[in-house]
Amino acid sequence: MSLATRFGLKTSIGACVFMLATAANAEPQGQKIYTQGGESPAAMACATCHGANGMGTDSAGFPRLAGLPQGYLVKQLEDFRSGKRANAVMQPIAVALNDTEGKAVASYLGAMAIAAPSVDLDPAGSNGSAAEKLVKQGDWSRNIPSCVACHGVGNRGVGESFPPLVGQSGAYIAAQLNAWRSGTRKNDPNDLMSHIARSLSDTEIQDLSAYFASLGGEAKQ
Amino acid sequence: MNFPAQILLTVAIAVPLLVAKTFYEERDMAPMAKDSVAHPSVGNAHNDSVVAGEPARQSSPSVFTPPQEAELPDNAFGVLVREGRDIFINTQKNAPEFVGNGLNCSNCHLDQGRKAGSAPLWGAYGMYPAYRKKNDKVNTFTERMQGCFEFSMNGKAPSSDSHVMKALGTYAYWLATKAPVGEDLPGRLYPVIPAPEKGFDLVKGKQIYAGQCSICHGGEGQGQKSAGVFVFPPLWGKDSYNWGAGMHRINTAAGFIKQNMPLGKGGSLTDDEAWHVAAYINSHERPQDPRLVDGSVEKTRKKYHEGDGVNLYGESVNGVMLGQGLN
Repeated sequence: MSLATRFGLKTSIGACVFMLATAANAEPQGQKIYTQGGESPAAMACATCHGANGMGTDSAGFPRLAGLPQGYLVKQLEDFRSGKRANAVMQPIAVALNDTEGKAVASYLGAMAIAAPSVDLDPAGSNGSAAEKLVKQGDWSRNIPSCVACHGVGNRGVGESFPPLVGQSGAYIAAQLNAWRSGTRKNDPNDLMSHIARSLSDTEIQDLSAYFASLGGEAKQ
Repeated sequence: MNFPAQILLTVAIAVPLLVAKTFYEERDMAPMAKDSVAHPSVGNAHNDSVVAGEPARQSSPSVFTPPQEAELPDNAFGVLVREGRDIFINTQKNAPEFVGNGLNCSNCHLDQGRKAGSAPLWGAYGMYPAYRKKNDKVNTFTERMQGCFEFSMNGKAPSSDSHVMKALGTYAYWLATKAPVGEDLPGRLYPVIPAPEKGFDLVKGKQIYAGQCSICHGGEGQGQKSAGVFVFPPLWGKDSYNWGAGMHRINTAAGFIKQNMPLGKGGSLTDDEAWHVAAYINSHERPQDPRLVDGSVEKTRKKYHEGDGVNLYGESVNGVMLGQGLN
């Protein structure tokens, strides 16, 4: 009996050590993939385009990935692979990364801290421009909810499905709104983002892009 | 196998009876408005100013348009209106002492209380004072709002001379600028949605919830927070509206959902789907009705819930009696 207890104890200690070791390993591996690439040579280092700090390259429209939820990032990799999200640059990279690598790098990025936004992010307050009105109030005459209604206070993101918009590249935001509108990106749950994008005019997309580009500044670090 | 059949049977028997007798919103004298927003108007006499190339406006010419913020005067009145608006859209932060759950006024009154078919403030303001069956007396607009705090916000009503009430009342008054007094304006409440012929179905409601609602409101109706603040409101459980709130009526929730949910995609669910999912949401436990009579759910059901639309307070669902409360 005492042998059995001992054996059980030993096993659970062993399991704990193993789990700790795995957890400790997850981040360095993610970091390595991010900075040096995956096993496959086609799995290029993410940092090449998304920047050493994960904040993207604003002007080129490479998005901020730092601080994005792991679940969201893993889903995007899967969707690049399946073509639900069409992107010539990311598709081959997503194919080259295996599932474990994808999860590890997403976990590394999800844990990355980003600088606190320097602007007033209160959803209330006056709406200066047309874009700011869309962001904070929406336009219900066209059934367009405000951005903050789903992306959260200050557009900092909510859960795994609604990514942060603050600190995101303005060029990237415009590209995504256009992709949703044209249907080259259709991986949003229940068509929630696409149907809004389809209601936006070209001018509004440009204005929203400029609004978000003007906000954070983190993407330009 | 047996489980859904049982619910179906229970519901199929109970609901037509309930619906036949009580299919109306608890209304203050006026007959329920048939919502005109749900049927976009054909004429566009007032829409000819739409600029080519811009997305077409869907607002019907017959629906009241509240003033824009830019029209607010730069004086004490304007300041109070803005304060009221800020309390309305962020009640959690701006009137926390009166709120006992995770909701804001604007969760049920969309677009800052402006949206037709979402119980807009401009539709309500001119309809008070009015008799309400709910408390069997004539209510002023302030008293009507106090009811919201007590039930929908599961909190404490601010006193009528409080700053919160003054600010909210002033905001509503401003939104109703040039609206006729005592007129049941189109889009005033939530639309009335006919109940499913065979009654609501909690099993279907659960499926619809999982497919359409849980992405925002969470698998357990718990809502979702960002930076510690609720972004998506909790629909049941301790942080949601209590058993005395109007939204606990399945018919009322069905109207709200049909018109407004999923957010930005109002009208995409069928009438029956709206009923099924409204019933599913309201078949979960939530904070107790503050009017609880002698600590008895049964007595409270008899006194306050029996004639109040279609609701499950004090009813058994899956062998558990609802209405126990979560306070």
